[in-house]
Amino acid sequence: MGRLSSALAELRNYPSAIIGLGIIAFLVGLAVYTVVVIPYDDALDKWRGGDQWRLYPVNASPVWSDRLLGGQAPETKVVSSRDAEIEREAFEGGERLSIPLRVDFQAGDFPSEMTVFFDADGHEREPFARLVWRTPDGREMPLGGSRISRQDRMSISQDRALEQRLGLVPHIGLLATPDSEPGDARVQTGEYELTLDVIVFEENADFEAELVLYGRVHGLAGTDHQRRDLMVALMWGTPVALAFGLLAAVGTTITTLIIAATGVWFGGWVDATIQRLTEVNMILPLLPILVMVGTLYSTSIWLMLGVVVALGIFSAGIKMYRAMLLPIRQAPYIEAARAYGAGNTRIILRYMIPRILPVLIPTFVTLIPTFVFLEASLAVLGLGDPVLPTWGKVLNDAQSESALYSQYYYWVLSPAFLLMLTGLGFAMLGFALDRIFNPRLRTL
Amino acid sequence: MSQAASTATAAAGQSLVEVRDLRTWFELRQWGFMRLGSVKAVDGVSFALQRGESVAFVGESGCGKSSLARTLLGLHQPTEGDVVFEGQSMARLGRRAMRDYRARVGYVQQDPFGALPPFLDVRRILAEPLKVHGIGRSERERRIRAVLEEVRLSPADDYLRKFPHMLSGGQQQRVVIARALILEPSLLIADEPVSMLDASVRVEILNLLRGIQQRRELTLAFITHDLSTVRHFADRIFVMYAGRIVETAAVQELLDHPQHPYTQALLAALADPDPDNALDLREVPGGEAPSLLNPPPGCRFHPRCPKHMPGVCDIEDPPDFEPRPGHLSACLLHR
Ligand SMILES: Nc1ncnc2c1ncn2[C@@H]1O[C@H](COP(=O)(O)OP(=O)(O)OP(=O)(O)O)[C@@H](O)[C@H]1O
Ligand code: SF4
Ligand SMILES: [Mg+2]
Repeated sequence: MGRLSSALAELRNYPSAIIGLGIIAFLVGLAVYTVVVIPYDDALDKWRGGDQWRLYPVNASPVWSDRLLGGQAPETKVVSSRDAEIEREAFEGGERLSIPLRVDFQAGDFPSEMTVFFDADGHEREPFARLVWRTPDGREMPLGGSRISRQDRMSISQDRALEQRLGLVPHIGLLATPDSEPGDARVQTGEYELTLDVIVFEENADFEAELVLYGRVHGLAGTDHQRRDLMVALMWGTPVALAFGLLAAVGTTITTLIIAATGVWFGGWVDATIQRLTEVNMILPLLPILVMVGTLYSTSIWLMLGVVVALGIFSAGIKMYRAMLLPIRQAPYIEAARAYGAGNTRIILRYMIPRILPVLIPTFVTLIPTFVFLEASLAVLGLGDPVLPTWGKVLNDAQSESALYSQYYYWVLSPAFLLMLTGLGFAMLGFALDRIFNPRLRTL
Repeated sequence: MSQAASTATAAAGQSLVEVRDLRTWFELRQWGFMRLGSVKAVDGVSFALQRGESVAFVGESGCGKSSLARTLLGLHQPTEGDVVFEGQSMARLGRRAMRDYRARVGYVQQDPFGALPPFLDVRRILAEPLKVHGIGRSERERRIRAVLEEVRLSPADDYLRKFPHMLSGGQQQRVVIARALILEPSLLIADEPVSMLDASVRVEILNLLRGIQQRRELTLAFITHDLSTVRHFADRIFVMYAGRIVETAAVQELLDHPQHPYTQALLAALADPDPDNALDLREVPGGEAPSLLNPPPGCRFHPRCPKHMPGVCDIEDPPDFEPRPGHLSACLLHR
């Protein structure tokens, strides 16, 4: 295909094509990287949520967005008893442990939540723990005590009694300067200590504790309402979007082309039937049908892809392809092919379709993002794939959790940005290709 | 039966192609179903072509030359009549036999650029017919190179990777000829093979065709508008008018002693000192070209014929006469 390669070489003269290609290369690279780094099963498992995310904050913004705005919001800090210097004191029938969990807190804002996780395995009689909070300026605040069952957690943020006592939500009150008032609390920086006085009634049984000061910012993408790192969905959304867009574009273009060419070649009732089917199909609304399939049957992305391609077969494109193919049907080289004995299939696939393929490349390239957007729209409508993390699913979550109302802009903006980037990349390349191929329409 | 018809039957023994009362009509419809009648592009044509001869078909535009050629190539279904090729009737050929037939008949078209798929290079263009006929890779390569040498596109390597738009008109037509020859046909049909080429290469291409025809001993049937060159490249001439053959003879005989008033008018125009007329037969003779939808009754030429005999020519359909030995003419003047 000498003409094709020379056309591609010509792309170098179009800055928009270079940018478009750059964006597409970035997206493809990201997709490949994602699939390698987070294998499919891992991604599904992570996106299912649950306890694996317990150390992640709820609805934390990306770190960079906070820093760009000059903020100093804290990231999550985890202090484990494993790194602490534990004092042990044995007594009749048990042991007394004093576990100091020290945190150097230097952030400009309070944590979003405070929890202590316990892991007390292999105890016949449940251990008892008493918690004391020490501030950098030496104040001591008892946080109460309780029996610890095997996998326990003490959610300090939700301690109503403590809140009453402090006059502030605990994760704020505990880290505020002494003169802080509700609505105007300032962070006291310095080294805090949570001392756990634990009584265990057995020797050699495990006792571990983790103090978690949940941050207000997290990673590059932030987290959602289920503490999931949005990076998983933003990254995995890339291969899903590209695959869906590409497969849908290829599927509909190829089938439509073949059907249009078949109709044009055979003419007569074959052509008439295809034309009527197309007209019927053109008035069938795609989105409502997808919604119906999604609601009544399944929202699997592959099923949606199938429906999109199936409904795309007799799409309006047939009319356009038909108009382009009609003059080609009469081309002398097709007559020559018949004269040397080429069959119908060969004529349709080898002589008619390749002739208009170059002209279709720009349309094809710009078609890809429309399918990416379609998939995202379905997800926003709540018809996204039930298990796959996708950009549309992130938007859907954000919408149902009223992210914009709660000012979680990152939640909406980052998937929207990636969607727009995809559209932009393919559109820029497509327009450049259009400018390269379309002057040739005259010579075709 | 006239003497002419019996001569044709006697010759049928060795002839390569025998065309019997061939008719190719195109149905004309309005809105897809209302029949308006038929365009009788070929309407009762009979002739025989011998192995190894070169014949020319001449006639004004729209008289049905291309339709006749396409019918011979099996591109149009004949409405009536039959073509007997190497003793086999085309009407009775099955699918496979039809494909073999297509290999035995080569086709050279008028517009060389249009005749070549623009998205294939020369090697693939020439390989296509061979692939269709199931010829293996190494044999394909050998034949492609051989045929390129034969049409003087050498060295072959310079052309194999070229696309049609990279070739000159003459070179393109050589590729078209190569493609027509690559299946080793015994009949080559060329429809105005040089009319779209630059004047400078026309004779070259005609010489090439003639040379190939003589070397391969194949039958060459070519359609032309250019009576001035025909004597060098054809052994016999068929003059067509309104879907029929009106005169046939050996080249020299026909040019020197035209019998049919239509041929006479054509040749008179050729002698015209105005070079514009000499090269373009489309305009002559005067008067409107006949409608093929409703051809004139009797002799189809009578509305334009200077020797028209009222009451005879417009009633009686002239059969073939043989006014001179081996020279057939369908005009009632010979009676
Ligand atoms: N496929 C077709 N369908 C309908 N009519 C046709 C078809 N092909 C040819 N015709 C008609 O048949 C008549 C003869 O056309 P044809 O092409 O055979 O003429 P021609 O002698 O080759 O003319 P030219 O010298 O201009 O090439 C014309 O009136 C044309 O309109
Ligand atoms: S038959 Fe009559 S009209 Fe026809 S060509 Fe002869 S003289 Fe003319
Ligand atoms: Mg013609």
